Amino acid sequence: MKPVFMTYTKKDLINLAVCMVLSVLIIPTFIKTEYWYTSILIPWLCLALATIGQQIVMGYTGQLALGAAGFMAAGAFAMFNLILRVPDLGFVGSLIVSGLIAAAFGILFGLPSLKVRGIYLMVATLASQFFIIWMIDKFGWFKNYDSSGIITAQDIVILGKPFTTPLAMYFVCLAVTTILTLLAMNMARGSTGRNWMAVRDMDIAAESMGVSLLRTKVQAFAISAFYCGVAGALFAFCYLKSLEPVAFDIKLSFKILFMCILGGLGTINGAFIGAAFILLFPVLLNAIGNNVFHGAIDATIISSIEQVIFGLLMIIFMIYEPLGMAKLWENLKQSMKSKLSSSGIKGVKSPVFKK
Amino acid sequence: MANELLFFMEVLVGGLLAGTMYSLVALGFVLIFKASATFNFSQGAMVFFSVLAFCGFMQDFNIPFVLAFILAAFLMVVVGLCTERLVLRPLMNASEDTVLMATIGLGYVLEGLAQAAWGVEVRRLDLGIGDFPVPWIADNLKLFISALDITAGLVAAIMIIGLFLLFKYTKIGLGLRAVADDAGAASSIGIPLKHIMLLVWSAAGVVALVAGMMWGARAGVQFALVDLALKALPVLIIGGFSSIPGAIIGGLIIGAVEKILEVYIGPFFGGAIEGWAPYVLAIFFLLYRPEGLFGEKIIRRV
Repeated sequence: MKPVFMTYTKKDLINLAVCMVLSVLIIPTFIKTEYWYTSILIPWLCLALATIGQQIVMGYTGQLALGAAGFMAAGAFAMFNLILRVPDLGFVGSLIVSGLIAAAFGILFGLPSLKVRGIYLMVATLASQFFIIWMIDKFGWFKNYDSSGIITAQDIVILGKPFTTPLAMYFVCLAVTTILTLLAMNMARGSTGRNWMAVRDMDIAAESMGVSLLRTKVQAFAISAFYCGVAGALFAFCYLKSLEPVAFDIKLSFKILFMCILGGLGTINGAFIGAAFILLFPVLLNAIGNNVFHGAIDATIISSIEQVIFGLLMIIFMIYEPLGMAKLWENLKQSMKSKLSSSGIKGVKSPVFKK
Repeated sequence: MANELLFFMEVLVGGLLAGTMYSLVALGFVLIFKASATFNFSQGAMVFFSVLAFCGFMQDFNIPFVLAFILAAFLMVVVGLCTERLVLRPLMNASEDTVLMATIGLGYVLEGLAQAAWGVEVRRLDLGIGDFPVPWIADNLKLFISALDITAGLVAAIMIIGLFLLFKYTKIGLGLRAVADDAGAASSIGIPLKHIMLLVWSAAGVVALVAGMMWGARAGVQFALVDLALKALPVLIIGGFSSIPGAIIGGLIIGAVEKILEVYIGPFFGGAIEGWAPYVLAIFFLLYRPEGLFGEKIIRRV
């Protein structure tokens, strides 16, 4: 397809326009209940952003990492301290700097990726998860010597205007997510992303072609951690409205991993699909529990069932469609298209997992 | 001086014995990794699943200890059978990373099933062995060492000797080693791959059950066991993924180092460094000896 504006094709621009109209105009006019903003849309945007971070390092660069929640915690607590101690930075400035602080951690804990891969790397990244949470927990300075363990997040103020209603916070999350998503798409399509994918598909070949492994991997880890850091800050300030290290435990890391894999490795829209699925599915399951069985099933059983289903889905996707829901969506579109025009299937994407 | 030395010895021995608990969990990982080059991320969940089932049989149905153990072990064989059939066989030709992801999914399934069946509250498991210092050792050697630690050490030793003999001297063991070297070649000369896989997964399940009983007696049977089992990962990295002695030595090193660091260096940082110290130790090992102490060198062909 020919690009019409910069490097974007007509399809890209239409997609962007549809998403923007949907999120800026249609959702705020039709959804009035606060519940949707505070419990679904805001966490969805935050977690989708974190999942994009996970995508960059895992889906695009092929490095098995499992520490997204650690970087999110780093971002969230950096944000808290920046607003507290350097109020001149403002909300947006603090958000960027806290992303950069998370990125610094990302570089530090991404370094082992130069030596090891696969499960070995996973263990190395687990170190970051446990270390960052421990550090925040043990040094009172990060929590401003608050003894209760849970700190209330400061109000969001941008250019002197408070953003405290759910709708306003939704717009904050939406703006940040949109900008960073566009940026991620640009990177993924440009030479940066091609380097990532070259390293993913065959690192030795990539190196012999002149792609610097050191640069590419460290860059991927840094950018991934930046995304997670910003997502963590938004997650704490717009969704949780409080800061506690426990909220960013290993379970959240696994959740983001699931979002990334079920959504579709190596795709940006997969991050949104995966996050939506993992967030909405428990809501649906609870609704079924309440309305169909009228609360006859215990809530803990429902959450156990939810876990079983996520696990089963993971196995099923690994067996039948390792590229996740984004690929299913793609296949659906292709089959619709080929039904409309008998031109057949084209543009099969390369598999993420190599043999 | 003598007192300081004694205290150090106590910390060291306590750490080493606690390390055997990690070794027990790591052993299950090694068994599966040896036979199928699959990293079974669900081993931690298997520990939790098996011991919770064991507790459930004993406490909810009042089944006697031995029978409950047999039932739980049988349950783990069934889990192994289902895993081989439904997860591993369809993924026979998939990449390592894909299988790893599938085992993470399997872990989720097991955790969810266990909690749905037996509830989420912490269960106490009483093996009849107290978690307190053995009086005889305390009196004669002036060392305070828990009876449970000693039992765990003994159980680990017995299992290792048993598995070692199994691998070395039986026909099944020979088959296992053949499959581990080259699954394709092994199956082409008539070694029943399916049976070997089933056997390995069942053995790993029983090892998980024993490890779970030891951990459960100490910390209560609860979900945190899954996270504890994650500590077997640094153990494996230090010992090497495919070595049974490696799992043991790795466990001992992690146990001893984390206790010593916690006691002597921890106070400077506010304590609780054992949460991440093993992982950082593992990173250093990865940088200098990625294959671990006893593992086979990883050779990647281009």
